[in-house]
Amino acid sequence: MKLYEIAHARTGDKGNISNISLIVFEKSNYSLIQEKVTADRVKDWLGKVVKGEVKRYELPQLGALNFVLYEALGGGVTSSTQIDKHGKSLSAFLLEMPI
Amino acid sequence: MKKIRIGGGAGYGGDRLEPALKLLNEGNLDYIGFECLAERTIALAQKEKKNDPKKGYNHLLEYRMSAILPILQEKRTKVISNMGAANPVQAMKVTQEIARKMGIKGLKIAAVLGDDVLDTIRHSLHLPILETGKPLSTIGPQIISANAYIGVGGIVEALKNGADIILTGRVSDPSLFLAPMIFEFGWKMDDFEKLGKGTMIGHLLECAGQVSGGYFADLNRKAVPDLWDLGFPFAELEESGDGLISKVTGTGGLINTATCTEQLLYEIHDPAQYLTPDCIADFSKVEFEAIAENCVRFSKATGKKATDTYKVSVGYSNGYVGEGQISYGGHDCIARARLAGEIVKKRLERLPLQEVRMDILGLNSISPMETEPEGLEEVRLRVCAKADTFEMARHIGQEVETLYTNGPYGGGGVSQQVEEVISVASVLLPKSAVNIHVEYLNT
Repeated sequence: MKLYEIAHARTGDKGNISNISLIVFEKSNYSLIQEKVTADRVKDWLGKVVKGEVKRYELPQLGALNFVLYEALGGGVTSSTQIDKHGKSLSAFLLEMPI
Repeated sequence: MKKIRIGGGAGYGGDRLEPALKLLNEGNLDYIGFECLAERTIALAQKEKKNDPKKGYNHLLEYRMSAILPILQEKRTKVISNMGAANPVQAMKVTQEIARKMGIKGLKIAAVLGDDVLDTIRHSLHLPILETGKPLSTIGPQIISANAYIGVGGIVEALKNGADIILTGRVSDPSLFLAPMIFEFGWKMDDFEKLGKGTMIGHLLECAGQVSGGYFADLNRKAVPDLWDLGFPFAELEESGDGLISKVTGTGGLINTATCTEQLLYEIHDPAQYLTPDCIADFSKVEFEAIAENCVRFSKATGKKATDTYKVSVGYSNGYVGEGQISYGGHDCIARARLAGEIVKKRLERLPLQEVRMDILGLNSISPMETEPEGLEEVRLRVCAKADTFEMARHIGQEVETLYTNGPYGGGGVSQQVEEVISVASVLLPKSAVNIHVEYLNT
């Protein structure tokens, strides 16, 4: 099963830091993503673009995790040469993670 | 029980106007906020102002004001916006002139000033850049703008003085929406629980359509009805700071707990520590409850005392980016695009360029995955690099163009461009170093 089957996500950006929210469609799946989608695993999965650490925050009442990805935007929105300077499409690739 | 309604009229500088007009006409609003300043927009505006002292405000100000002024006169909705950008005074004058031409009288317009701290920053080059830790002096000569993210103060003052339209420069985005709550409900500036709640509501509204179904649709998993006719959101608030978020009946889009949760966490790091100039908002316990179709009730945001510094965005010239693109199709198109890219890279080696990168659109330009799909009919090569001058940056696109007669078989559809890079560095400035004041004009 892939993450997009049970959860949705949105990316935000500030400077060279990206954040990705991961939100389950059904609250009953929260414990599954809480267990399987760790900060380390996200760092591995998106390792090609995330040069710094990954931190995870938990919001169980919303069925949500928030990942903060440091040094993830090629130097930052205002100086990157990447085509998607904001890294807006990153959340779609997080959702490709098999669990 | 007193209730107020605040609408989100724009989520970025170039946002659509039609949904804002719909909100103004049918949303029964007391206030509408137009959030129009991205991180570096104000640096670009500052450059425009330098070339022409009558410019430097939002490009769509005239377009928006011409459409909304007649509605404001009828509905008495108050407008709060950072469309002033680098020149709130000129934005105020332009708005007054539009009202005069349209024969609209009796409106008071305010310009909130003081966020522009360029002079102070030029004398504070010892301050460390938050992103790199190095002192500001490392980018000293390149600095073109410095604006503090100020809070609600100037806007609340303007409201107390009866302003109908309030134009600001850099103001923390949620403050545009928090200010009218403080004014209407008489919240104290040290009631941090209320300020945290109001900041949360401002955060939900500040991206306009992004909370009402925009940037959400994903086929059947996340179906959004009539996305083409996306309606913008409004919040209906109680004095307690709790309330609901909804949109005008009959508009497209979607508001449910999922759209609200996506927007709540948008651009948030630690949800318990969202730093604004007004408070440290805490979203970590926020709850959403769908109480009707496209209507969600929110509760349990809170906050703590703000820090004693403002974040200042310092815009600086950071060279140029040159780019060229070319498409390849048919058999082995990925391999031919790669060969073309390697050729261009080699030809560019003679030049003093930085960060030369090669992407293949359709394969790896946004994807961090290392997979190689089979059976692609076409791909597009993109070569991009940084240079110190415009002339140097042009070489990148030119070397892509010359692939027509000097590269692999079958390349077509070349495009090339050069852009000046305006980057942003952040520093912290003591609040005592910033002097906020308000100017007024009447129509």
